[in-house]
Amino acid sequence: MEPWDKEISVNKHDGRDAGEVRFDDPWYDALAFGWAETDGTGEPAPTVPAARRAQEEDSDRAAADVYLEVQRSAAFQEVRSRYRKFVVPAFVSFFLWYVAYVVTATTATEFMATPVAGSVNVAMLAGLGQFLTTFVLTWAYARHARLRRDRAALQLRWDTQELTRGARGGAA
Amino acid sequence: MTGNHQSLVLVLFSVFVAVTLGITTWASRNRHGSAEEFYTGSRLFSPVENGLAIAGDYMSAASFLGISGLIALFGYDGMLYSVGFLVAWLVVLLLVAELVRNCGRFTLADVLAARMRERPVRIAAGTSSVIVSVLYLVAQMVGAGSLVALLLGGTGGAAQTWTVIGVGALMVVYVSLGGMRATTWIQIVKAVLLLAGTLVLGVLVMVRFGGDFNELLSTAADNSGFGEAFLAPGLEYGGSWTDRLDFISLGLALVLGTAGLPHILSRFYTVPTARAARRSVVWAIGLIGGFYLMTILLGFGAAAIVGSDEVRESNEAGNTAVPLLALDLGGGADSTGGPVLFAVVAAVAFATILAVVAGVTLSSSASVAHDLYASFRRAGAKQRSEVAVARVAAVGIGVVSIGLSLLSGSLNVAFLVGLAFAVAASANLPVLLFTLFWRRFTTRGAVWSVYGGLIPAVALVVFSPVVSGRPTSMFPGADFAFFPLENPGLISIPLGFLAGWLGTVTSSEEADEAKHAETEVRSLTGAGAV
Repeated sequence: MEPWDKEISVNKHDGRDAGEVRFDDPWYDALAFGWAETDGTGEPAPTVPAARRAQEEDSDRAAADVYLEVQRSAAFQEVRSRYRKFVVPAFVSFFLWYVAYVVTATTATEFMATPVAGSVNVAMLAGLGQFLTTFVLTWAYARHARLRRDRAALQLRWDTQELTRGARGGAA
Repeated sequence: MTGNHQSLVLVLFSVFVAVTLGITTWASRNRHGSAEEFYTGSRLFSPVENGLAIAGDYMSAASFLGISGLIALFGYDGMLYSVGFLVAWLVVLLLVAELVRNCGRFTLADVLAARMRERPVRIAAGTSSVIVSVLYLVAQMVGAGSLVALLLGGTGGAAQTWTVIGVGALMVVYVSLGGMRATTWIQIVKAVLLLAGTLVLGVLVMVRFGGDFNELLSTAADNSGFGEAFLAPGLEYGGSWTDRLDFISLGLALVLGTAGLPHILSRFYTVPTARAARRSVVWAIGLIGGFYLMTILLGFGAAAIVGSDEVRESNEAGNTAVPLLALDLGGGADSTGGPVLFAVVAAVAFATILAVVAGVTLSSSASVAHDLYASFRRAGAKQRSEVAVARVAAVGIGVVSIGLSLLSGSLNVAFLVGLAFAVAASANLPVLLFTLFWRRFTTRGAVWSVYGGLIPAVALVVFSPVVSGRPTSMFPGADFAFFPLENPGLISIPLGFLAGWLGTVTSSEEADEAKHAETEVRSLTGAGAV
């Protein structure tokens, strides 16, 4: 069985440190800590210089297959759809609201000058409303991402990196 | 203005320059000379630090002095700018910040090169990034020249020329010696100074009116000479339909351009993770939003307290509204407080310009070294370290923008900034969004998208009234202005998207499924991110 055929959530293979893992990456520390049993066994790196080039191509292809595999996994599709279900309606609504505001301000100036309370008119309320909706949407997006996406995305990141490392190591 | 004012302003300028040079020395002592360190400060900034630095990168002197001045002169129409500059950050937050952090390393082209054939997309994205940055730099330096001449009371060209040269030399020193670490800390210091300065002035304005916003607005309307019309849109952009379309075009460019500005994109690489990038944008939105709310207070405050006519007398474009307001709020020209507050505002404006130009220079030197030099280098040429090339590029960009700024000293600063945003929105944003979100997007689509936005944007400006046909144009004698709008965004942004689509559907190669999968997985999860 090829290592990348496994379930996305299973990471039992002994991945070697591949070149793309950087030691100053903070997530790497978390990863190494969490998967200490697969790491640092002191085995010599299994490289065979003579056949190196072909193997690298193989392992690149294997790593590319990992990404296709992850992309098709239910876990990733869930993360992607959560992201899109929030971002697409949010983008469309604030963009239309902004364009409507700019177009109204430049074309319907008399309507915008309608007084509401004292010297405050429709234009002032609409402008301050733009500030308000920007702040509210920022807060809502940050909250949605934190609660609905971050954990799943981090899990996928670990799994994908484990699989990629496995794929590269496995081909060598 | 008295001599005392001027010497106080000069002392504060010098203190700021000394502090920033100190930061640069400290940063260059700690560096290891790696590309990671030079372009990103080793990606070790915290979200709060980066949020402040983003705000510092974004809040230019044009906003601080220019928007408040516009409000002081034309009332509500100036406020339209504040709204556009802020709402733009939602595009960055929702569609760009996290995904770019996950996919790229140093520049915009890195994100495209992850999916496409590397050489053509690097050359295209690198070229458009450098053009946007140079336009933005020239705008800031022309602004610096006229601002310093204005604030120091210097007359004529000499003060202006030496300011442009001085600012250019300082920015080259910051960037080439200190890299991203020094640039970021300079921006943080500047952001704190600017936010504190506007907050103090805003509070003083509100105190003057007993905390009554309504009272402030009605006094501003009374002292503006326009009455109630001052509080409604239309004084500046309400004239002909061309003017109105022009403003809509500018509004689009502002809101879509921010997410394509290279120096803003490069800020997301200075934090360790996509989550940190998101949190830094949330901080930035809070800080920038607060700042633009204050500029509205300052603008109406200047109209109410100083009076629009007096502002117009001091400077046709209104750029001195805030310094004049500070002078009055501090107790007037003859008191101790007035000149001190005036000098502080002048020094803050100067700090603002220095920090912004340093940020833009750094990101454009990254585009030159990381994208263009790497693509054009001959195979046999001596291998140089990328950082060394980037340092040389910073010097080169400094020299080029000093030269261009001296040549274009008479151009309107707000127009140059609007143009930089329009080019960014037309050339950089479509290709970035297509790469991140469109499965079938191909290399040809990417290249067409960049040039299909860049060339119309620049060409439409050449054939606009800005360049010829009006007494205020660059060449008032000639008339080849067949495009009526000053800002090309309304036409060139859709063209950028259209060219990307057209290039993709006509290209013979299929999009690489595996590369798309890699981009999508990496952008949303952060797998394999550096």
